[in-house]
Amino acid sequence: MTLNRIVVVGASAAGLAAAETLRREGYDGTLTLVGDEPLAPYDRPPLSKQLLSAEWEPERLTLRPAADLAALDLDLRLGVAATGLELADRTVRLADGSQVPYDGLIVATGVRPRRLPGEGAHVLRTLDDALTLRDQLGPGLRLVIVGAGFLGAEAAAVAWRLGAHVTLLEPAPVPLAHAVGTQVGELLTRAHVDRGVNLRCGVSVSEVTEDGVRLADGEIVEADEVLVAVGSRPNTEWLESSGLPLGDGVVCDEYCEAARNVYAAGDVARWYNPLFGTSMRIEHRTNAAEQGMAAARNLLRPEARKPFAPVPYFWSDQYDMRIQAYGYLRGHDEVAVVEGDLAERRFVAAYRTGDRVAGALSVGKPPKVIRQWRQAIAAAAVGEG
Amino acid sequence: MKVELEADKCVASGQCVVAAMDVFDQDDEGIAILLEETPAPELLDDVREAVAVCPAAAIRLVER
Repeated sequence: MTLNRIVVVGASAAGLAAAETLRREGYDGTLTLVGDEPLAPYDRPPLSKQLLSAEWEPERLTLRPAADLAALDLDLRLGVAATGLELADRTVRLADGSQVPYDGLIVATGVRPRRLPGEGAHVLRTLDDALTLRDQLGPGLRLVIVGAGFLGAEAAAVAWRLGAHVTLLEPAPVPLAHAVGTQVGELLTRAHVDRGVNLRCGVSVSEVTEDGVRLADGEIVEADEVLVAVGSRPNTEWLESSGLPLGDGVVCDEYCEAARNVYAAGDVARWYNPLFGTSMRIEHRTNAAEQGMAAARNLLRPEARKPFAPVPYFWSDQYDMRIQAYGYLRGHDEVAVVEGDLAERRFVAAYRTGDRVAGALSVGKPPKVIRQWRQAIAAAAVGEG
Repeated sequence: MKVELEADKCVASGQCVVAAMDVFDQDDEGIAILLEETPAPELLDDVREAVAVCPAAAIRLVER
């Protein structure tokens, strides 16, 4: 089937990568890019880092210069959300009432933050969110951050550096333990405590109040501002009556295909990664770009399509630590420090799942060290998977 | 084609080296180093991959 009309829903890293790849691979039909934010594609990782700390201004987050974007010859629909999908009619409905027909569709609508009951808390997902929080940050501000995951930890580090009094509330006994293991989780946690951030683990927050937050046991933790960083949900509501398979994301096969000529990419996509023999949904910047490219190629060349089998990668900046990880750490059976020393915060930890190396995480080590582990993860997974 | 690298944007992910090891390297801090400003044509697909996967959008490939 010839593709003459391709629609990409979602104008962030994954959607942009998909659109660029389609053009680069020779697709010259109509290419519609739909984004619910009124902004040209921009980069999100700096929102909780350089943008929040005001080291960077919003212009630096723009992913492509205007001329590069124009060269893609897009039917660009920014500031308008997709509201529905008719698989049988191959049509996407938009919030402005328009209907966009397609022969090929790439869903890259991302995720949005989970929230807590109550009004007035910040979240951190969009440029607008980050600028709103940034306006409040400064010396003496009492900031409560709910959730000590990577996002909460990064925001805590920035707010601390700007002189805020930070309280970090985390339901788990050890933050990030489910992702990186107890040992590494404790080490990353210590960075907060060492700097005087008030970290309270094992507390669950029931609601945001005018004065701060209320804990499950009724205690009020007072705050001038509250940031809720308790994870996110895939933006799939617009697809609910479409018949597209949904289940914590758009459920795809190993080619990132969810239905005939309908692909998904980025944070919203749950696909089967043959490298690890499991279905996964990855909310990492690099995965968004890689999966956008893979989905675009597979849509365009079904006869030569390839399974999307990446080694996931993420990084996080917290205080003076640069954390980098390759692989799929979740559900690991064992963690071992294989280089350096945890106490010195210069180490590589390797993660075993079943009988193979599934991941590696490094702090403060030269890049070549962790890249070798990436190769080992790719090789191990291929061999065993 | 010419490669442009904004090293001050680099977040040291090393994704460019994974994508195009003949064109990029990293220093000891992990910051990307451009080895070939005008890579041979057969390397351009790798460079395009690097441009696309760079998590900091720090690499561009421009006509010259």
